[in-house]
Amino acid sequence: MIQLVPRQNASNLWQIATPLLAVLATMIAGGLLFATMGHNPVAAIRTIFWDPLFGMASGYSRPQLLVKAAPLILIASGLAIGFRAGIWNIGAEGQYIMGAITGAAVALALYPLEAWWLFPAMVAAGLAGGWAWGMIPALLRNWFGASEILVSLMLVYVAQRIAAWMAFGPMRNPQGMGFPGSRNLQQYPSASNPELIAGTGAHWGVVAAAFAVLATWFLMSRHIRGFHIRAAGTAPRAARFAGVRPAVLVAFCLGLSGALAGAAGLFEVAGPAGQITDRIGVGYGFTAIIVAFLGRLHPVGILLAGLLLALTYIGGELAQLTMGLPAASVQVFQGMLLFFLLGFDLLTRYQIRRRITA
Amino acid sequence: MQRRTLLATASAMMMALAAPVLAQDEPLKVGFIYVGPVGDGGWTYQHDQGRLAIEAEFGDRVETTFIESVPEGADAERALTQLALAGNKLIFATSFGFMDPVINVAQRFPDVKFEHATGYKTAENVATYDARFYEGRAVIGTIAGHMTQSNKIGYIGSFPIPEVIQGINSSFIHARKVNPDVEMRIVWVYSWFDPAKEAEAANALLAEGVDVIMQHTDSTAPLAQAQAAGAIGFGQASDMAAFAPTPRVSSIIDDWSPYYIKRVQAMLDGTWESGSSWAGIGDGEVVIGEISDAVPENVKAEALALRDAIAAGEYHPFTGPLNKADGTVWLAEGETASDADLQSMNFYVEGITAQIPQ
Repeated sequence: MIQLVPRQNASNLWQIATPLLAVLATMIAGGLLFATMGHNPVAAIRTIFWDPLFGMASGYSRPQLLVKAAPLILIASGLAIGFRAGIWNIGAEGQYIMGAITGAAVALALYPLEAWWLFPAMVAAGLAGGWAWGMIPALLRNWFGASEILVSLMLVYVAQRIAAWMAFGPMRNPQGMGFPGSRNLQQYPSASNPELIAGTGAHWGVVAAAFAVLATWFLMSRHIRGFHIRAAGTAPRAARFAGVRPAVLVAFCLGLSGALAGAAGLFEVAGPAGQITDRIGVGYGFTAIIVAFLGRLHPVGILLAGLLLALTYIGGELAQLTMGLPAASVQVFQGMLLFFLLGFDLLTRYQIRRRITA
Repeated sequence: MQRRTLLATASAMMMALAAPVLAQDEPLKVGFIYVGPVGDGGWTYQHDQGRLAIEAEFGDRVETTFIESVPEGADAERALTQLALAGNKLIFATSFGFMDPVINVAQRFPDVKFEHATGYKTAENVATYDARFYEGRAVIGTIAGHMTQSNKIGYIGSFPIPEVIQGINSSFIHARKVNPDVEMRIVWVYSWFDPAKEAEAANALLAEGVDVIMQHTDSTAPLAQAQAAGAIGFGQASDMAAFAPTPRVSSIIDDWSPYYIKRVQAMLDGTWESGSSWAGIGDGEVVIGEISDAVPENVKAEALALRDAIAAGEYHPFTGPLNKADGTVWLAEGETASDADLQSMNFYVEGITAQIPQ
């Protein structure tokens, strides 16, 4: 008989080993999947994990990794802080959309004004929009005890509807011949978020993501608030004795993760995406949850996990292009990653022992 | 600094590599990006049938690849770039939301030709193409007007954009022509493909006493609901023959093959030129699926006669006298609508009491 015995303390070795093991298991299981579909599994795995970095077109795809990873890292950094405190913001997708809308609203309202302060004002509006959308579940939890998991998730659908309304109504491009979608901010110099150095893919969102990694690391390991967050997550009762006020913590975590998601939305809509459409939410807010857990809720882990997920997206496209793998198989592949991660996670908190039965 | 130069050089090299002079005996590479999966049974499926028709027509002289389920926005730009870098010389982008990404990528790859479906922006190397779906709507609207017992026709709209509004108006005009008591109920689902929402919309219409359902969404869910309620409907985008003879009494099929074959031929001949194509029943791009035996012979004959008149160019579905819903005159006696008017259509014709959502 196999028995699971809880560990006294989470194993440090397994903390680091489980993500690596999960990636390895995903490669093996994914390889089997590709093999049963009649593709060479080694070639498929190489196309997904190797070619975007070192293959033929890597000069283009490497910078694209940053473009794809930046919003994931930015959002996941905020989410991880709440997750550490046991505050579950599942609605980053909605906060991302609202940040994009409020940020773009500033630019669209002032079009065609050119001013140096326009882009900073848009960033501030993006942060504020995401923050406000995150504060709704926070206040509902603090005032009425509503589950922030459900409320934040439901607000994603509300945000999607608002985006559709904006794209078809108030923000519709007056020169768009009646078609939905706002003006393209890429063609509005003061409002655009272009590549800072040509060929690197790095826009302000990439800079912000790097900054978020540093700032959240500092917060969690050096700041008293970080201590409170960790205490609230591991021992809520003890945390109260240490002076943690749960309501403040809920508002802080949901507000912060909302603001970062909102900023990610703004950087995306002013940069790579360019315009408000009914489909500005492309799932970064949900994928960021995978990134946060894959990165063990640790800033450096999130950085690596964000890059890894970006790699599977871009590699997945290459695999479609060069090998004809269907898009769904790549999504299955990403699902496997989370599945194996959560499965192996057991090992950090439990030991496997064999029980001798008579 | 060094790293920056390295990356810049690498991308410059890529650009050079990606544009080799096409040798005479090398196959022409043709790429596609799809907004949905090829197995959606509707819009994307029909475009992929067009791709297969290219392969069947040209054999070894062409090589086709596709990337499916590409979100509109930043991801589309990357997918298009990857197709161009992989050496595709003709690239079809088959969704409206790919418009700005196509224009951006086309600027960077002047020797690659792009074809964008349903958009309005062209360039030296970007052509657009669309189909006159409203011609087909006139035919099935005629059938609907004859077939309804309750005099209530339901219409499931995707998005309130000109293409869909043309379809609603065309259906209504021709239903009312054969049945002056016809009313039209319209429900918007804000999606091109969402079986659950489409089924809900169909049920809402059926509950209002509608007994003929028309749809501008791609799933078979409305037909399934119509079947359960004893109502009838029409196949959309593809034939949906599995639901014949009832509830599917006919269908409106998108057939992109003629256009795709024509454009590939032009590439092979070196005669490709930018332009805007808007072809209909006459060119075989809009096809009326078999009219089933559930439709009386005389109605069938009338519908087919209308189809043939449109195909021959003898009849335009938008021929005056026609008023707008607000009572103002749109087309005088005998006047036909201009293409420019149709492409920016954002009003209902007189007799439709619903409002277009803004």
